[in-house]
Formats: sequence, C-alpha cells, structure tokens
Amino acid sequence: MNSFVIRSWLARGLLFAFSVVIAASFVTPLLWLITAPFNTQANLAVTIPTNPSLANFEAVYHNKFAMRALFQNNLIIGGGVMVLVAGVATMASYGLSRTHVPGRDVLVYVLILFSSVVSGTAAMVPIFLLVFRLGLIDTYAGVILVMTGGLLPSAIFIMRDFIDSIPRSYEEAALVCGASSLRVFRDVALPMVRPGVVVVAIWAFVNAWGAFLIPSVLLRSPDRMPASIASYSFYTEAGTPNLTLLSAYAFLYTIPVLVLYLIVNWRFGFRFFGGIKS
Amino acid sequence: MTQIIFEHVVKRFGSVTAVNDVTLTVGDGEFVALLGPSGCGKTTTLRLIAGLEFADEGRILIGERDVTRLPPRARDVAMVFQDYALYPHMTILENIGYPLKVRGVGKQERTERVAEVAQQLQIGDLLDRRPGQISGGQQQRASVARAVVHQALCFLFDEPLSNLDAQLRLEARAFLKHLQHELGVTTVYVTHDQAEAMALADRIVIMNYGRVMQIGAPLEVYRRPANTFVASFIGSPPMNLLAGTIDLARGLFRLNGQEPGIDLSALFGRLNGKLTDGQTITLGVRPEHLTPQVEPSPGAIPAQVYAVQPMGGEVLIVVRVAGKLVSVRLFRDEPPDLPHEIWLVPDLNVSYAYDADGNLLQ
Amino acid sequence: MERKHAIFPARVGIIFLTPAILFVIVFLLYPFVRVFLLSFTNQTLLGTTAPNPEFVGLDNYRHLFNPDRWMRLGEFGSALKITTQFVVGSALIGQAGMGMLIAWAFYRKRGVLREVVFTLVILAWIIPETVVAFTWVAFLDWEFGTLNSVLETVGLGRPDWLFERPLQSIILFNSWRGTAFSMLLFSGALETIPPSYVETAEVVGATAWQKFRDIFFPLLRGHILTDLILITLWTFNVFTPFLLTGGGPAKRTEVVSIYTYRTAFMGRHEFGKGSSIAVVMMLINLGLALIYLASIRRRRAT
Repeated sequence: MNSFVIRSWLARGLLFAFSVVIAASFVTPLLWLITAPFNTQANLAVTIPTNPSLANFEAVYHNKFAMRALFQNNLIIGGGVMVLVAGVATMASYGLSRTHVPGRDVLVYVLILFSSVVSGTAAMVPIFLLVFRLGLIDTYAGVILVMTGGLLPSAIFIMRDFIDSIPRSYEEAALVCGASSLRVFRDVALPMVRPGVVVVAIWAFVNAWGAFLIPSVLLRSPDRMPASIASYSFYTEAGTPNLTLLSAYAFLYTIPVLVLYLIVNWRFGFRFFGGIKS
Repeated sequence: MTQIIFEHVVKRFGSVTAVNDVTLTVGDGEFVALLGPSGCGKTTTLRLIAGLEFADEGRILIGERDVTRLPPRARDVAMVFQDYALYPHMTILENIGYPLKVRGVGKQERTERVAEVAQQLQIGDLLDRRPGQISGGQQQRASVARAVVHQALCFLFDEPLSNLDAQLRLEARAFLKHLQHELGVTTVYVTHDQAEAMALADRIVIMNYGRVMQIGAPLEVYRRPANTFVASFIGSPPMNLLAGTIDLARGLFRLNGQEPGIDLSALFGRLNGKLTDGQTITLGVRPEHLTPQVEPSPGAIPAQVYAVQPMGGEVLIVVRVAGKLVSVRLFRDEPPDLPHEIWLVPDLNVSYAYDADGNLLQ
Repeated sequence: MERKHAIFPARVGIIFLTPAILFVIVFLLYPFVRVFLLSFTNQTLLGTTAPNPEFVGLDNYRHLFNPDRWMRLGEFGSALKITTQFVVGSALIGQAGMGMLIAWAFYRKRGVLREVVFTLVILAWIIPETVVAFTWVAFLDWEFGTLNSVLETVGLGRPDWLFERPLQSIILFNSWRGTAFSMLLFSGALETIPPSYVETAEVVGATAWQKFRDIFFPLLRGHILTDLILITLWTFNVFTPFLLTGGGPAKRTEVVSIYTYRTAFMGRHEFGKGSSIAVVMMLINLGLALIYLASIRRRRAT
C-alpha cells in the first residue's frame, strides 16, 4: 500500500476520532435530560433507570400551573413573536432592498447594535417603565411586542441576503408585465424568499420559546408565565429542586424545539447564515 | 402605429453618463438592434424604453404617447431578459400567462391563449412543467412566449441569446427573425455580438460611451462605417485600420510616416478638396479587399506573413505591416504558398480614409 | 453591468418599512434614550426616590468607577474584569476556536458523521435557557455530576466546579452553548470559497496547514472578524450564566449583565444606577461594533 492510501485512511480515522470526541462532549451534559425524567429515583447523576417509568410525567401533569405555562403561554408568546417578527422583518427587508435607502447596510448594523444592548439586562429598566406606561405589564401583548422589537434587527439582517439573492430581473419582468409593486411582492418576491421567511420564523419562535429575562420582568400573574419561569415552581419551599418533576418538565419543555429543528433540518437543511455569508 | 422615439435623452448614474444625448427613431414594425461593447449604454437605453430607468433629460415616445415619466405598467411594452426571469414557483403555463393574469383575464381564456402561443413556439407540451425542468433553449422560448402573449406595443430584448450554446444560438436567432417578421411587432434588441445584430436587424444602432456612433442598415454600416470605432466593431475580423501621413502632391500615403509611400492617388482623387498635404489619416480596408501577391506593384503595401489560418470556407492570413497586425481574407479552401515577404494590393474602390478624429472623409 | 438601483419609488418603500420603523422607535430607540437619561437620576422602584427622582448628574458614574472600591468583588470593576475573562475564554477561545475547528474539519465532507456532530452542537444552542442551566447544574455537580464521574475515571480528580471553579464553569458552559453560531458561520463562509482555489492548491501539492495559512485564512479574515465581534457582543451581554451560578459564589462570577440585574431588579431596585451601568455597557458595545463596521467597510472595499 502506498503512503497516500495510508494517509487517507489515517485522515479518515482522525476525523472519526475527532467527531466522537466532539459529539461526546456536546451530548454528555444533556444525558441527564434523557435519563432523569424516566427515573422515579432521579438525582443529579446520570443513571439508566432500572425501572423506567412515566410516573414523573404523570406527576408533572397534575401541576396545572406548569402545564398551562407550557402548553398555552409558550405557544401564545412563541406564536405571536414568530408571526410578528417574520412578517415585519420580511416587509422591512424588502423595502430596504428594493428602494434606495442610503447607508442601508450601516443602518442594519446600527440596529443590531441597538438590539443587542436592548435585549441585555441593561434596557430592562426603561422597557419595564415603558411597558408600564403603555399599560401592558402582565399581558401577552407586552411580552410579544418587546421581544419582537429586540429580535427585529437580527431578523432583518438574516432576511436581507435572502432577498438580495432574488435576481432583480424577476421583479422587473413582473413590472413590465403590468404588475403593481404590491403584486410583485406577493406573486414574485414572497414565494421566492419563502425559505428565508421560514428560517426567520423558526429562529424567532425558538428564541421566544426559551426566553426568560423579558417574561420575568414584564409578567406578574402566574397564569401568564411561560415554561422557563414555571420551571422554578418545581422547587420546594426550602429552595431545593424536585429533580424528578423538574427533569420531566424540562424534557417536555425541550421536545417541541427539538422536533422543530429536526423537521426544519430535514426539509431545508440549516441554511441559517445566508445572511452572514456575504 | 408603434414608433419609438428618443429625443435628446440623457441618463446619468452618479458621475457616469450612461446615455449621452441619444436621439433615434424606431419605425413601426421595424427590428432595430442596439449594438456595442460592455458599458456603452445599450442596455440602459433599452431599460429607458421599458420604464425600468427614468431619463434625466429628453423625451421618450411610444406610439404617440409621451411616456417619459410613466412606470413600466403604464407603457405596455413586453421584455425578454437575459436570464429569462421565469419564476421557479410557477409552472410554464402560469409563467407565460402572467401578463394576462395581471390584467384580470379569466383562467379559461388565459389557458387557451397561452396554449396557442406555446404551440406556435413549439413548447406546447411543456406547459405544466417548472422552469427548472426544461432546457435552456426551451426556457428562452418560454420567456419569448410570455412577451408574445402580452400583446404589447413593442418587444424589448436584452441579450436573450447570450446564455445559449453556439449551436442553439444560431437556431434561436433564425427563429426570432422569423417570429418578428410574422408578428410585425416593433422590436428593439440589445446585443454585443455584431454578427447577431447584422443577421437580425433592419437597422443597427452602434453605441459607445453612451453616444450613438452610427445608425444604418446592416449592409450600409458594413460597407461605409462612419467612423473608426464602427469600422473596428463591425465585421469579423474587423476592418484593418492603418494610420499614416499623406503627401498630396505625389499621391502617396506614408504608413507611420515611413518610406516607402504607397500610391493611393485613386483614393485621393475621389476625396478631392477634402485633404490637406501632410495630414494624418487612417486608411481603412476590409480583410477581403486585400489581395496578396509575391511581387511588388504600384500601390501595393509591403508585409511579412505572421500566421496562416485555414478556416474551411476561407483562409485568414495575418500579416505584419509597419509593425501592426493586419488581416487578409481569401475565399478559398487551401492556403496559398506564400513567402515570408509579400505585398498586399488594396481595392481602393472600397477603401476609406478617416481623419484624425476617426470620422469618415467623403 | 449590475447597478444597485431602486425597483420601486421611495413612496412604496416607506409603506414596507413603516411597521419596522414603528417597532424600532418604540422598543429600541426609546428605551435606548430613556436609559441614557435615567442614568443621571437616582430613580428607584420603591421608596421616596420612586415618584420623585432627583437629578444627580454624574454621581452614578462616579460610584461605578470609584477608585477606592470598584475592583472589589460585587462592584463594577470586578464585574468588568470577570466579564473580560469570560468573554476571552468563552467567546474568543471557546466558541470561535471550537466553531472554526469543527467547520474546518468537516469542510466539503458530507455524511452521517457531519450530520450527527452538527446536530448535537446545534442542539446545545437551541434548547431553552432554563433547561440547559438545569442540566449543567446536574452535569457539574461535585458528587453526582457526569463531568466529575468521567474525570475521576480518567484520573483527573473531582473538582468542585460550581464552588471552587465557578468562572471556569461558566466559561465552559457558555462555550458549549454558543459554539453552534460560530460553527455555522464559518461553515457558510468556507462554502463561499470556489472549490477551484482549493483544488489548485492541492494540485500544487500544498499540505493541509499550508492550505489553511495561504488560502483559507486570508480569504476568511473578514468572516473571522465578523464572527469574533458578533459573539463578543453577544457573550458580553448574555445573562444565562445567572441561571447557573446566580453570579456567585460570593459574586465571583458576577458578569456585568448579572451585576446590572442585581442593581436594578433586586435589593433596592436602583434603576438610576442600573441605567448608568447600561450606558457604560452600551458604550463598550458601541466601541466593539465600530471596530466591526470599520472592518466590514474595509472588506467591502477590497
């Protein structure tokens, strides 16, 4: 065997070993999430339950507060943010791209700067006061609107490259055919950026699904809290976590996002960063 | 009656003037080609007709309407783009029918009219496919079909054949010419390929740096180029251009000012009164109007053979004349047996002189 | 000859942009400005200074940068120092380094291996914050945690991560969490390199290292800079470590975002002070973003 063949086998072996190490490093912290929920004696260790059971899930089911948080509030907030962000960002990105806005790129980067600051703990103060003034404290609308505002610049950033990739001749052909601008947007542009819209929608949904800080600042009544905050209801009064219930709840909380990712990855591949490619 | 008229149209992009005071008229039913190198302003001119750009100065009329300020949908023009612009999310039927859909034509009627045109263009059985599923040539015809279905006042073509391979291009060219003749629609056609313009157009508009260099029928432009730019652009290989000074008294032309002088008294005679002694002119002779010979004779140009290229139906000989490369074209299969040093005799009846600015002296 | 020109008149553009403009003004610009103004007051949530805040000028800022105390644990200087270490370790080395490594390893390779690795790395990123925090508390537990089980098996002892090495813990955690972003970005960037460039190098006989040094790195410099700045901004502002350590023990992992939270939303709920921290953070973010913008400009120009 000549040295090239040996080298290529070595390279393959190295890649395999590397993959195993990386895969293991990334999956190990999550192992607890797969084992503990099915273990009625769960502790912080990862042990394969001797009698795997769904008893934890059943107990969680009886916590009405947590259940509603997850299956109602998360969906409302997640869905609202998703629709709003996808819609507004697509329109804005299209407008920015198809009409002459001087310094468009700089504008988008400046907006991202704003949003990274405003999503941090930094701006929680004025956001709290603002939402208070608008009378939206402790409402879904308040949470949805604030999250949308924070996610919008990045969403526009992501959409921008999807929209730029439509050759202008397609829209020009439609204009020459006699279509109005709104028509061009609806018949030509929108169908062609559908993958981008899906990416932005999913990304917004995932962000909203996991959000903790904004809901914790803006919501008061327990029956509006999302799952991230409801997780803490599985602590005892003494402040220690009830691991069996907590792990089961966390598992349920994670599943939708996991499934969503797998579906999107299967159908579209994870073309997330068309935006950063340029 | 669909004429297209440009009156002193100017279009600028920032500091670049893409269309610089262009005036032209396209007659009803005429096929006019806009020809020139990249960046000459031909595509911008086409887009000005379509309404995809707006003129900074001047007027544009289609039919008898002043459309200078109107958007594309108010102008009733049909356009075929270089990349065909067929929507991947629509079937061919829906693509071709789009101009009708926009005008609110009912589905039944749309389908009928599209089918009719598709048949005419030989893509009738591709109607429920998607653009990605048909070949480049078929896509091109689908794009043309959309323009036909539009039934607009005129057709605008933006280099529609440049994405096709050589064989397909020739077929499509013949097809487009035939179609335009049948339909009799006023057509403006942008291309950078001079052979294409020659083959297709009733008249050719040659442009450079945003200006019109010459307008004329293909033969006219070929036989009497109005300036050295057109002379070097039309024809393949293009006209040979040799600069030199003239000795009017003795009827001699000195290439690059060097001896020996060439006897061009016949040419000078035709231009009597227009020339001054010692003037720098450019002599223009087409490759097919140069005859190589082994012995010198009066009026013959000395040359050294550089490369002989048998092309099948003709032979191209490239020679060196006073340091420059000159093409000679012979209509025969076999290359002649030539020594290194030869003489070229120009046919002075079809030779031209251009002044120092490159304009034809006549 | 492709010129970037408008397809629609400005009027239409305005219609498309209006909803976004509204959001930006209300939920981005207004808070931004408000924070700035609040930082010059002693506004709090409760007490006398709630309905009647007073203008205190630069007092809040002086308090932050008070040279006598500011580097003590639990003060702003300490938070800055911790945050810097956090960002360098987690963002620059952890996320960018690991992301680049993975993207490079799987460059132009397809197949199950790539899918599995990418999926796992991405999962770490999209699983909700609180869930991830819980699993890492379990993972890092001194007695039962998986990490220590593995380390002990390999003979590296069992450190008490959350109590003795809290900073390392959050660096490890945040690197794990954020690698996916850099990995995807670099993966995308690598795909923009025309294969013929790489193939030419292969034909010429370049080794993997030479290819990286002479082709990939120069062509990707812009992307690397983009990534570094973006993840620095993000890591600088990230709040999730709070769920892991609460800023402790004894404020030893109190990064600036946690310090802000504690100041404004715990204890005396000092909004004015919190805002001043926010303004300083904004300025730091702005500085980083300017570097980013400048490098983008230079990249576009080449």
